[in-house]
Amino acid sequence: MNVAFILIAGLTLGSAIAAMSLRNLVHCALCTVITFAGLAAMYLQLNAQFVGFAQILVYVGAVAILILFAVLLTRNSENQPNTLLASPSWIIGILVAISVSGTIIYAVVKSTRLAQTLPPAPEATVQKIGEQLMTNYVLPLEIVALLLTAAMIGAVIIAMRDKNEKEDSGSKMITGNARERVSQPSTIHHPSSSQKTTR
Amino acid sequence: MLGTGIIKGMVETARNFVGSYHDPERLTTVQYPEERLAPKENGRSFPFLVFDGNDQQAGLRCVACQICEKECPPQCIYINKSKDKKPDYVGKLQFYPATFDIDISVCMSCQICVEVCPFEAIKMDQVFELSTSDRFGKLLLHKPQLAKPNEYFHQLHPTDANEVDARLGEEKRKAEAKAAAAAAAAAAKLAAPKPAPDEPTKAT
Amino acid sequence: MQSLDQIFVTGKQWLLAFLPEALQPVGSILLVIAAIFGVFATLFAVTTILERKILGRIQNRFGPNRVGPFGFFQPAADGIKMLTKEDIVPRDADKIIHFLAPLALIIPVALALSVLPYGRNMVPVEFDAGLLFFFAVGASTELSVFMAGWSSRNKYSLVGAMRGIAQMISYEVPLVLSTVTVIMIVGSLSLVKIVEAQSGFLFGFLPSWHVFTPWGFAGFFLFMIAATAESNRSPFDLPEAESEIIAGYLTEYSGFKYALFFMGEYWGMFAISGLSVTLFLGGWNAPFPFLQFIPSYIWFFTKLVLIIFTFIWLRGTVPRLRLDQLMSFAWKFLLPLALTNIVVAAIWFFSRALQFPGALGLRWIFCAAILAVSYVWLGRGVAQAQRAKRVYQYAE
Repeated sequence: MNVAFILIAGLTLGSAIAAMSLRNLVHCALCTVITFAGLAAMYLQLNAQFVGFAQILVYVGAVAILILFAVLLTRNSENQPNTLLASPSWIIGILVAISVSGTIIYAVVKSTRLAQTLPPAPEATVQKIGEQLMTNYVLPLEIVALLLTAAMIGAVIIAMRDKNEKEDSGSKMITGNARERVSQPSTIHHPSSSQKTTR
Repeated sequence: MLGTGIIKGMVETARNFVGSYHDPERLTTVQYPEERLAPKENGRSFPFLVFDGNDQQAGLRCVACQICEKECPPQCIYINKSKDKKPDYVGKLQFYPATFDIDISVCMSCQICVEVCPFEAIKMDQVFELSTSDRFGKLLLHKPQLAKPNEYFHQLHPTDANEVDARLGEEKRKAEAKAAAAAAAAAAKLAAPKPAPDEPTKAT
Repeated sequence: MQSLDQIFVTGKQWLLAFLPEALQPVGSILLVIAAIFGVFATLFAVTTILERKILGRIQNRFGPNRVGPFGFFQPAADGIKMLTKEDIVPRDADKIIHFLAPLALIIPVALALSVLPYGRNMVPVEFDAGLLFFFAVGASTELSVFMAGWSSRNKYSLVGAMRGIAQMISYEVPLVLSTVTVIMIVGSLSLVKIVEAQSGFLFGFLPSWHVFTPWGFAGFFLFMIAATAESNRSPFDLPEAESEIIAGYLTEYSGFKYALFFMGEYWGMFAISGLSVTLFLGGWNAPFPFLQFIPSYIWFFTKLVLIIFTFIWLRGTVPRLRLDQLMSFAWKFLLPLALTNIVVAAIWFFSRALQFPGALGLRWIFCAAILAVSYVWLGRGVAQAQRAKRVYQYAE
């Protein structure tokens, strides 16, 4: 149990540090994914199956891809000079961080609430989570469900409107295209910009 | 309705799938090493050299004119002209190729050498099982491998071969006739003036 | 018959009895892993040869028939060829990620295979939220596609990866939504419970599988389409479209890594087919009461092979979709139909209270009518969109 915890914690922390310090942004994003997966493993180790699986499904499956797409769609993500480490604000940042976390740790350790004995951890099975969601937390659940469904239907409607819009603003689009076409030769004169886009 | 096309297509492929098992007519594949398709008359693979008669050295039609060597687009023909001459099919003395090599790893089977050959000496072969373990030496065919009898040519391309034979026969006949005529003329010439001086000699 | 049905379970217990007490859990895990790898590696080999032979027959050819009897040793020859090939890594490739990408595919897929119930009492790992686990690990295969495409430093690879990710994300929505109906009706995320809910027979002979209900049939239909897209199989094989982008994200892979990718894709197909068997086709339940003497795992694998055959059949029939057709099909047809199906499943669930004679038929007709109407209506929309003249923004 302890060995597993240490391994998972080490992996999570290590990949998190790598995610901050690696130069290549895609590597950073992939390290973030390992951190997400490590957190999921941590949840599973605490017998929180549902949260663990949801963590994998949402973070490893979806958020990671979102991050990767964001990285790829932003400008030249590679070979950036590694200038961040040398800046003086970095040292100030460390000092602030140490003082803040020190204060918090001090307060937590000194607090009287910590001395209380903890109640036995409740068993968070999927069934219990479901029951809680359907009784105590039914309103937030419904609101979230409504929001998400509305968002999804909205996305579909945006996708569907595509055709009508083309019919309505067909003339506009042609002029837009023509303008684009006219402006195209000017981009040829900038080899640097074209290189960036073809990378 | 959406999906009917897919169902139609699936029925069609299912019919093929089942049909190919009980109806061998559907299968277009030829199981190659065991079964073979009959060779097509217009099929061609790589060039070969035609010779007449039984002796490939004596009967080789090639006169080493090197037109094919010059015309070959991928430059896969290598010819060395001989120093001496030998008589060709009409009996005229011609050069012959001392060496005639074709690199079939380079040849692209375009048949241009056949088109340009004025002597009907190079024709397209139909052999295709030429794989070898030595890609340099054994794909460079030499004269003895390239030379094949006229009968073989007849076997591969009968129409073409008959036409060629007819033409060559015609030429040979003409040449012979010409030679005969020339010989006759020469003989006549020889005979005609001879009596003249003869006569005077006789007369004298 | 009971003993034959449980032969693998008792066999495992018998084998474990040889081990000391402390090692038994580890031994059990290793045995299960070995069984999964052995069974599915064999199934992979058999599927590759069957696929090539079936595709050949569909095109009126013989298919491979040289190696061994009827060509059935072809997978061995292919395997030897794959393993002895040079492992080429492009010079500019990101070597670590290029190396890790096949592993990032094969590990989630193997994990997904480990939660399926293969027979009575034959679940490698039994989770309360098995279905969620399946989708969780299934979603992480997208990362492997991205890693392979990005690390190869090849534009075809990257285009393939982008297509793959876009396609997988789009089709995951109808895939999950079509399974929501099953969760609603059964009331559990556990795959074992879902299979148990489909045991028993209606009127004594009709299997009470989910596929034989209106929502279940629609769900199965949606699930299979989305599953075809998720496993990148024709007609949704855009990420690997040979005629367009060489081999997509697999372009720069060779030798053993390619073999791993290839196997991972087939395993993904097996996993998702197994899930559809579990969710809709009654899992390991026999189709008729008098066939119950045949062991449960044989039923599971028979259904699995039938679904794989359907995949192959479909591949031999339909041409590849265009990217815009792919997207509009997912978002404008599958997704609304999946949402309708959830409503229909809710109607089905709550109309269980109706108990008068003929209630079942009425429920059936009502639910089927809703689905049929929405199918025709949505299908007409898709068909009209396809018939409209396509405007090429940059090509004209």
